[in-house]
Amino acid sequence: MIGAAATLLMLFMGRVMGATGILAGLVVPASRNEFTWRAAVVAGMVSGPVLVMFLTGQMPAVQVPVSTPMLVIGAFIVGLGVTYGAGCTSGHGVCGMARLSPRSIIATITFMACTLVTVYIVRHVLGVS
Amino acid sequence: MRILAAYLIGLIFGVGISIGGMANPAKVLNFFDVAGTWDPSLIFVMGGALITTFIGYKLVFGRSAPIMEDSFQVPANRTIDLKLVGGSAVFGIGWGIAGFCPGGALPALGTGRWEVIVFVLALLAGIFLAKFIQSMGARSAA
Repeated sequence: MIGAAATLLMLFMGRVMGATGILAGLVVPASRNEFTWRAAVVAGMVSGPVLVMFLTGQMPAVQVPVSTPMLVIGAFIVGLGVTYGAGCTSGHGVCGMARLSPRSIIATITFMACTLVTVYIVRHVLGVS
Repeated sequence: MRILAAYLIGLIFGVGISIGGMANPAKVLNFFDVAGTWDPSLIFVMGGALITTFIGYKLVFGRSAPIMEDSFQVPANRTIDLKLVGGSAVFGIGWGIAGFCPGGALPALGTGRWEVIVFVLALLAGIFLAKFIQSMGARSAA
């Protein structure tokens, strides 16, 4: 379904389904037109779990195993990183890799490796959660 | 029509992320915790999304233009620089600390959980600061 959504966004709007690009276009909109479709995509995304609950009777699980300071610091770092790196898991990892973009392949390998190492350090070296 | 199409596409993405488990930091962090409580199932979610998009894009790019726009707008930048690699590395560190990535957190907002709201606000602050620094840099370079 994630792949279907990415394909459909390209088919209808000619755009890459990247959460970073969509969010950045909301924070610093280039024009009203650019803002509206992104806001609609985000509204659809947010409705996703609600529809799942409607269909299955259960909200999708969201378990946050980290402390609030870690959540806030992590989120802020993610915001900086995806802006400079020009993409995240959906933009580089799915859409960019699907286009065989060398930039996206390098970006995806880099962030996957860094996430893996960070999780290792946080859980097994520092032992915090 | 454009807004409705965009909404429905976002909805499909949101349902896919929710069912796939990408909106659940516990699952995402376990996916990366190869030395501990490793849960490799997300490889099928990400791999499945990648393969579907690869095939889908092949079909879509056979057209001369998208249905609702004049042209396809795909990133044209080809340079692999420090900004790309450094930014991606920083993103990976943040993802490893918090467990949410932007595409996982946005659909997760729909669960109404306060942790997700906190994450998205701090995420927006990070994006905003980076954009601000970039625009300052662009101004001083001009």
